[in-house]
Amino acid sequence: MPEMNTSSLPDLIFTILFFFMIVTTMREVTLKVKFTVPAGTELEKLEKKSAVSFIYVGPPTDQLRATMGSTPRIQLNDRFAEPGEVMDFIAEERATMTDQAAQTVSMKIDEKTPMGIVTDIKEVLRKSWALKINYSASKRN
Amino acid sequence: MGKKKKKVPGINASSTADISFILLIFFLITTSMDTDMGLARRLPPPPEKDQEEAEIDVKERNVLNVRLNAAGNLMVNHDFIDIKQLRARAKEFIKNENNLSSLPEKHMKHIDLLGQCAVTDKHVISVQTDRGTSYTIYFQVQNELVAAYNELRNELSKAKFGKPYAALNEDQQVAIRAYYPQKISEAEPKNYGGTN
Repeated sequence: MPEMNTSSLPDLIFTILFFFMIVTTMREVTLKVKFTVPAGTELEKLEKKSAVSFIYVGPPTDQLRATMGSTPRIQLNDRFAEPGEVMDFIAEERATMTDQAAQTVSMKIDEKTPMGIVTDIKEVLRKSWALKINYSASKRN
Repeated sequence: MGKKKKKVPGINASSTADISFILLIFFLITTSMDTDMGLARRLPPPPEKDQEEAEIDVKERNVLNVRLNAAGNLMVNHDFIDIKQLRARAKEFIKNENNLSSLPEKHMKHIDLLGQCAVTDKHVISVQTDRGTSYTIYFQVQNELVAAYNELRNELSKAKFGKPYAALNEDQQVAIRAYYPQKISEAEPKNYGGTN
């Protein structure tokens, strides 16, 4: 019985490999806060990835707790920030976008965060005319 | 010293498959197929500089006050209710099926594709939170309110077009949205018998 010709197997696997390499999006920021997003039913997919800015809110991670405490903080890009700094962040993000009208702010906020900090962010977002927001959440049935 | 003619041996490529398998598995694991989902909302534009946020005069019957205190209790108009009842309550309010005088006023409006309809487009659902309210409760309230709108839109679109809202074309969706516009307003948080 002749053996099966497997010489094209590497090519096949490479094709699959390239597919995954392309669809993979490595997270660009290292998270300094930990969060569990709430679960909801009426969710929409986040469209136009290139026009999305992320704001993370939650208590600092376990390693940073000693220095930063455990009260919920805001993370913009790679650093902790105060609500007032959100405005500059939005402006910076907007400057890099081609479709500035489509700018969406995805807020990944920990479930247990008090609303005070969320409202502060929302107020700043309003002032910076970043009106399309998205409360990041996980699907629940 | 005679040179022997050697045949250059071909590189053994039999392990290429294994190497690429390992790479493949690595990417398989790190891929998160980013299904980034969330509740999409639109914030109101900022108030004009020279004027304080104008208190728009809305009739009491047109407003559904949803209040959340720091302990997570939910109050709709003057009743304490459970979050499970919120969706039904909101639907009843938005729809005002029997044209009750306690629910939002209806008036005739011409909508393309739907014709003359009595709509309650002057209604406002006002969500007020305390600074100490936990985000998850606020989120669930938002979720229930959006769910109420989505259910009403689906009911209407099934009755008029025989299809769920998501399957309609752009013009039909616009018509349905004109019939049931989303009016969720968010006031500044106040302190409702809570901390800080």
